[in-house]
Amino acid sequence: MTETLYVQLLDLACGGLLLGAVLVLWRRELSVIIRMFAAQGVALAALVAVLAAHQRSVDLWVVAVGLLILRASVLPLLLARALTAAGPARRETRPLVNVAASLLAAAVLALLAYAVSRPLVALAPSPATQAIPVGVTVVLIGFFVLVTRRRALSQLVGFLLMDNGITTVGFLTTASVSLVVELGVSLDVLLAVLVLRILTARIQETFGDADLDELAELHD
Amino acid sequence: MITPGIVLLVPIAAPILAAAAYAVAGWRRASAWLGAGAATIVLCAAITLATTVSRSPLVGMGGLVRADPLSAFMLIVIGAIALLATAATPAYFAAEIAAGRATARTAARHSLLVALFVAAMSGAVLAANLGVLWVAIEATTIITAFLVGQRRTRPAVEAAWKYVVICSTGIALALLGTLILNYAATNSPARAGLNLAELTAAAHGLDQPVTRIAVALLIIGFGTKMGLVPLHAWLPDAHSQAPAPVSALMSGVLLSVAFYAILRVKAISDAALGSGFARALLLVMALGALTVAATLLLAQRDYKRMLAYHSIEHMGLLALGAAVGTPLALAAVLLHVLGHGLAKAVLFLGSGRILQLTGTTQVEQVRGLAGTDPVLAGCVGLGVFALLGFPPFSLFASELAMFRAGYAAGLGAVITLALLLVLVITAALFAHSGHMLLGNPSPALIEPHPAPGPERSDVATASAAPTPTAITTAVFTAPATTTTLAPASAVAQTAAPAATSAAASAARTPTSTVIVLIAGLLTCAVLGVAAGPLAQLLHLAADTIAATP
Repeated sequence: MTETLYVQLLDLACGGLLLGAVLVLWRRELSVIIRMFAAQGVALAALVAVLAAHQRSVDLWVVAVGLLILRASVLPLLLARALTAAGPARRETRPLVNVAASLLAAAVLALLAYAVSRPLVALAPSPATQAIPVGVTVVLIGFFVLVTRRRALSQLVGFLLMDNGITTVGFLTTASVSLVVELGVSLDVLLAVLVLRILTARIQETFGDADLDELAELHD
Repeated sequence: MITPGIVLLVPIAAPILAAAAYAVAGWRRASAWLGAGAATIVLCAAITLATTVSRSPLVGMGGLVRADPLSAFMLIVIGAIALLATAATPAYFAAEIAAGRATARTAARHSLLVALFVAAMSGAVLAANLGVLWVAIEATTIITAFLVGQRRTRPAVEAAWKYVVICSTGIALALLGTLILNYAATNSPARAGLNLAELTAAAHGLDQPVTRIAVALLIIGFGTKMGLVPLHAWLPDAHSQAPAPVSALMSGVLLSVAFYAILRVKAISDAALGSGFARALLLVMALGALTVAATLLLAQRDYKRMLAYHSIEHMGLLALGAAVGTPLALAAVLLHVLGHGLAKAVLFLGSGRILQLTGTTQVEQVRGLAGTDPVLAGCVGLGVFALLGFPPFSLFASELAMFRAGYAAGLGAVITLALLLVLVITAALFAHSGHMLLGNPSPALIEPHPAPGPERSDVATASAAPTPTAITTAVFTAPATTTTLAPASAVAQTAAPAATSAAASAARTPTSTVIVLIAGLLTCAVLGVAAGPLAQLLHLAADTIAATP
């Protein structure tokens, strides 16, 4: 792979990641949000595949395939099943911040991410590390979704966006985190999603079709 | 001589085997004590390790697990508190099953998860690698989520949801910090990777601005799991909704295991950035935690939440001690971890018993417990004294040493502010617990909820013999007096003819619970008087993290 092609493909994959995060903010249909999340999973796997081709690393190819399976199919499938179980209410009603303001906030978060990650880029400048701010932006947007959405399922997507962002930063900085850690992290994420999926079902069972705002039994 | 590598794996393997046994055998008379057995093995392995690693650290499993004095000490804490919690579990579930709030299946599932939970915590303190440490701590979140939501009521489900979302988010920040630290490490001259020992040794070569970002993320992330501000909102909910033995474990050890991770990160940070950065961060979080605890404790009406906020206070104190960072302060902090764990376990187990007796968690509705159940009231009263830092309990010694070290390190203003907040908290806890223990017994106590049989209230009123003077002696005297009360209660239990029926045995605190409560208090008091061989371990452990170049 030539250097220019590598840089272009890398930037394309990062663009896809960022676009996925912004689209999640923009759309309010829960089923569309889940599809956007799956698309972002594909972009993440593509990013790792580009890195694998560039470094000629077999390990990274394996990781890329693993990511494709986990983030672009298993997790979205779990989310989609939770959605069908949830019944007719399939829209993010009344988010705390409206869509226009959310998109503006995303722009501010991107600026913030570029400011914060300057030392990270400066440490070892290369095409891969130049893209670190994109990963940080995705983390911040994920956090934003998590705190401003009221549906259990959209909060879950927010958490997963954060996780995608963190994984992106991980692969852009170094591809050398040991395999045990890599496996452990993936397993933990999968289990966390399973736990949250079970809990959404229980919320459904005990509270009925409710916004998380109605979870107000416990407060001081 | 046992192979050192095997001893390293015992604290992880023993609880896993116990979990497997619960999965196969379910909840029976014999298997009920398996969890306590596994906890005993963990404690014994921890003590063996402590004697071995005082000379040199042990490494095993291809460099994935490692034990130094600090890990050995944390393992002792885990083993001791897990032993208290699991030994109280059979009696707890006997009463729950008798009252129809649980089934044998729930009990088996509970014990299985608790055993896995203990294994994950042992794994966390034995991890040689920051990544493995992260994986183990996140595993504890996943396992305990089911334990918090065990009762499937609305508040329990809500608490479990908040717990998983907030803790996983916080911990995700710690993962980002770990990855960034790994980036800094691979670009440093030593190319250290994530191995904790190598990383600490090579920390002075790390790029400073990048390390600063990583350390901030790691401390905030693990701080979430420890219940420090800004992401502490999950703690009172989860600790008040979980079943009593789980609350005891979560409050007594899980918070401290997260604190252990912060100590490891702080050692790296001090070597890379000087002690100022981590100190400033920890001081802000500590004072924030103390303020939150003080303001919310004053008006608290739920006694389990009251204990949970009290955990936030103690985590704030630990962070304060870590911020001071001198070897004396760190030794005091570690002693405080053990003392707080023991006292908090006793109190949560005691309050679980109060909940079973009265059916309410409201302070207002529990009054004059000393009149109906003097032994339980005595234990809870002494537990409150221990927690507030009265001598002879070890929290007195550790808090005193921490504050002295703080003044010696020139942090006088901050320490004075912290002391004022602690004073407010002490007053609040004193008022609430005085209300619960003293005075005339409330209707909730005389006619116990859910009142399965009439003989139950008979036993309760018949045993309401002690005069107010007897109550004050039970609360105000040293633990030695309480021990003499234990056989008396056992006699009373066997003497009552109705004690054979399940309902009547639920009305009196079971002997095994009383033994657990008294053992916890006694250990805490003994530690306060003389730490014995533990003192040497404490200083060695403090030196492993205080060693500044």
